[in-house]
Amino acid sequence: MDFTLSKQQQMVQKMYREFAENEVKPLAKKVDAEEYFPKETVEKMGKLGMMGIYFPTEVGGAGGDVLSYVMAVEELSKVCGTTGVIVSAHTSLCAAPIYENGTPEQKEKYLPKLCSGEWLGAFGLTEPGAGTDAQGQQTIAKEEDDCWVLNGSKIFITNAGFADVFIVIAVTDTVLDKRGRPTKLCSAFIVERTDPGFSVGKAEDKMGIRGSSTCELIFEDCRIPKDRMLGVRGKGFQLAMATLDGGRIGIASQALGIAEGALDETIAYVKERKQFGRSISAFQNTQFELAEMKARVDAAKYLVYAAAQKKQQAMDGAKVRYSVEAAEAKLVAARTASDVTRRCLQLFGGYGYTRDYPIERMMRDAKITEIYEGTSEVQMMVISGALLK
Amino acid sequence: MKAIVCVKQVPDTSGKVSVKPDGTLDRASMATITNPDDLNALEAALKLKDATGCEVVVVTMGPPPAEGMLRELLARGADKAVLVSGREFGGSDTFATSQILAAAVNKIGVGPEDVVFCGRQAIDGDTAQVGPQIAEKLHLPQVTYVADIQKDGNTLTVKRMLEDGYMMVKVQTPCLLTCIKELNDPRYMSVNGIFTCYDKPMEVFDYNALKDDPLIEVDTIGLKGSPTNVFKSFTPPQKGAGTMLKGDDVAAQLAGVLVKKHLI
Repeated sequence: MDFTLSKQQQMVQKMYREFAENEVKPLAKKVDAEEYFPKETVEKMGKLGMMGIYFPTEVGGAGGDVLSYVMAVEELSKVCGTTGVIVSAHTSLCAAPIYENGTPEQKEKYLPKLCSGEWLGAFGLTEPGAGTDAQGQQTIAKEEDDCWVLNGSKIFITNAGFADVFIVIAVTDTVLDKRGRPTKLCSAFIVERTDPGFSVGKAEDKMGIRGSSTCELIFEDCRIPKDRMLGVRGKGFQLAMATLDGGRIGIASQALGIAEGALDETIAYVKERKQFGRSISAFQNTQFELAEMKARVDAAKYLVYAAAQKKQQAMDGAKVRYSVEAAEAKLVAARTASDVTRRCLQLFGGYGYTRDYPIERMMRDAKITEIYEGTSEVQMMVISGALLK
Repeated sequence: MKAIVCVKQVPDTSGKVSVKPDGTLDRASMATITNPDDLNALEAALKLKDATGCEVVVVTMGPPPAEGMLRELLARGADKAVLVSGREFGGSDTFATSQILAAAVNKIGVGPEDVVFCGRQAIDGDTAQVGPQIAEKLHLPQVTYVADIQKDGNTLTVKRMLEDGYMMVKVQTPCLLTCIKELNDPRYMSVNGIFTCYDKPMEVFDYNALKDDPLIEVDTIGLKGSPTNVFKSFTPPQKGAGTMLKGDDVAAQLAGVLVKKHLI
């Protein structure tokens, strides 16, 4: 596998680093402490093409590639996990399924505004009683004359408080399976913030990524036009799973970025912190900790970049799936992020436990990457499922 | 209408600074960046493009790897790049550089509505001479230390910063402006700009391309055409603590000290 970055990829990486350092890092503490959603950053990223990196220019995208998107989430997450997931959820969970499954009219209506950042995107699958469990879905869409009527609720929806466009999974049909048991079939819909009967509920008070707007979605006789169905009727769950394959690459990139950011902070800290008359970087424990963390971070990075390359092949028209690569990348990167941030905090000692340093925030932000868009256990189900089929 | 922006690739002085035995900077061993003031010059040109739709041409003199910098400037929004590069141009000081750049700007062509933008000065030499010299050699009106630009037809109203104030200057196009960092905040490269910057035109002007310009003579370019000789580059020694004068007669004391040092 070739991980040599092209000239353009090196250039976007340089741009993301400058942007993250100058525009994102200065806000990161406020984003966490005040649960502040960085709207101004989203606007700036929209202007730079960072809200639609790997979509072609014909649909309003920046004409980049998947690895350039992965590196954006990575570089942003090095300094602010919240900003990283805003881009990831918007791109992978909203713009991507419209690009991959939308009708020409749907693409024309939604993608240019999503890619420019004028509209922010979100994705609703999880419910109080169901996430990965498709049969537990309670949100229902009923066909009525010229519209679909949605009822139910979704929880833990990233970007919800600020999003304009939502991809929502709801049950549309019930069929009997081979043994005669009723089986729910889901479909995907595009819901707009202003649709009648749709509202965004309370925001969650979270351990990490505190500036990310995570809310409930409520559908009370929410009427949407017929042409808002996304993809094929009854295939919504498959659409959601395929969407999450892409989403997991984004979250893996976020996890990778958080781990790299923590390591960067720690390397700077151990050089300046003195104990027993010398810099703590002179202690072998510090050196070995850093060495092992660096090796683990790089291992995670190769899995994440490999998954990005596989998705790129799919984008380029190859008939390949990248579910396993995405699951492996997310499993390893998320565990690495949690492990590395915890060990980095240990090297910071008491100062690391205070909010004067960013390391405790990074440790709190890292944990979510093991949970959302499929827990680590779900990733293992995906990987082992492919091994044992 | 065109905006021509003269830029320079300079050593990144925030990193390691190394000096060759002859006293000049060892540029090869240092990381390079686009000279910061030149990014303000480019931003001014891009703002003009946003407002008028004009073409933005960036031009630099440097070795072939300077193409990388030019591509980044195309990624920020410039339309076309010119790399002035040739063995004959090596070793040029500010005088010779301005001869060559003026010839290059001449070849690009300065129309009646055009503006040439330069940064105030480069962080490696800090001379602030090349911009004004180009203007003189092209017989263009020039305004230096520009902190604000208002355009009304072919008239620019420009705020020119001075040490203790500013001047408002009206100038007709074509003209040359040297820009300071207070003028604007340079934009970032955009993702689409990056993915299209290798498709944008880039021309190389070598010696043969410029040799017919009257400014280009053997004794006006390169090391031979450079009246400047660098004797030594060094880090200035730190200033020691000063002496505080006290009492009712400090003026007299001060005069005494200055007389002793033969300064008055």
